[in-house]
Amino acid sequence: MGRSLKKGPFVDPKLFRKVQKAVETGGRDIIKTWARRCTIVPEFVGRTFDVHNGKGFAKVFVTEDMVGHKLGEFSLTRIFRGHSGVKKEEATAAAPAKG
Amino acid sequence: MPRIAGVEIPNDKRIEIALRYIYGVGPSNAQDILKEAGIDPSVRAKNLTEDEVSRIAGVIDRSYVVEGQLRRQIQQNIARLRDIQCYRGTRHRRGLPVRGQRTKTNARTRKGPKKTVAGKKGVKELRH
Repeated sequence: MGRSLKKGPFVDPKLFRKVQKAVETGGRDIIKTWARRCTIVPEFVGRTFDVHNGKGFAKVFVTEDMVGHKLGEFSLTRIFRGHSGVKKEEATAAAPAKG
Repeated sequence: MPRIAGVEIPNDKRIEIALRYIYGVGPSNAQDILKEAGIDPSVRAKNLTEDEVSRIAGVIDRSYVVEGQLRRQIQQNIARLRDIQCYRGTRHRRGLPVRGQRTKTNARTRKGPKKTVAGKKGVKELRH
């Protein structure tokens, strides 16, 4: 179920404050954050975030198309290295499908 | 036979059913369209007058996205997801379910016919 329109999008208040501060001062630093659930709002466009994925941080450069998504959608939490015992076929079959 | 929204040529079914042959028009849209055009849903498509057909076409043109345009819109939405490197985009790229369904079993609609991996179990056992 979607979120009620009355509340508006969820934006992590702390992170939003940080971004606003960066906008004011013109700071271009990467913002480290754990707030994966935070919706990307237009103010975030053009900034880079380090979004926690449970283990480390994934760099996410926010573009205009990403507005409305959550930060977490761009920082994958799982590493899939292929199934056991199917190295050759899988590698050749999966490579063209990726691009 | 009446022609609505480009190539659609529904047959001698009731018009509320015939309209569903248009891509993007389902049961509820069909009824809404007929209501707006002021046409009895139970008339056969072939019995519609020219005027009624053009009224239906007008309603669809004005407020519904159907056929090629709708297909293009859907493709664009998917292409956008693919471009922005998000989780849903990568699922689309890999041809796996997008909405969090299980993939240990099932998911055959997205994955296509079963591809049996020859000797998968055997290979594993040989190693140990």
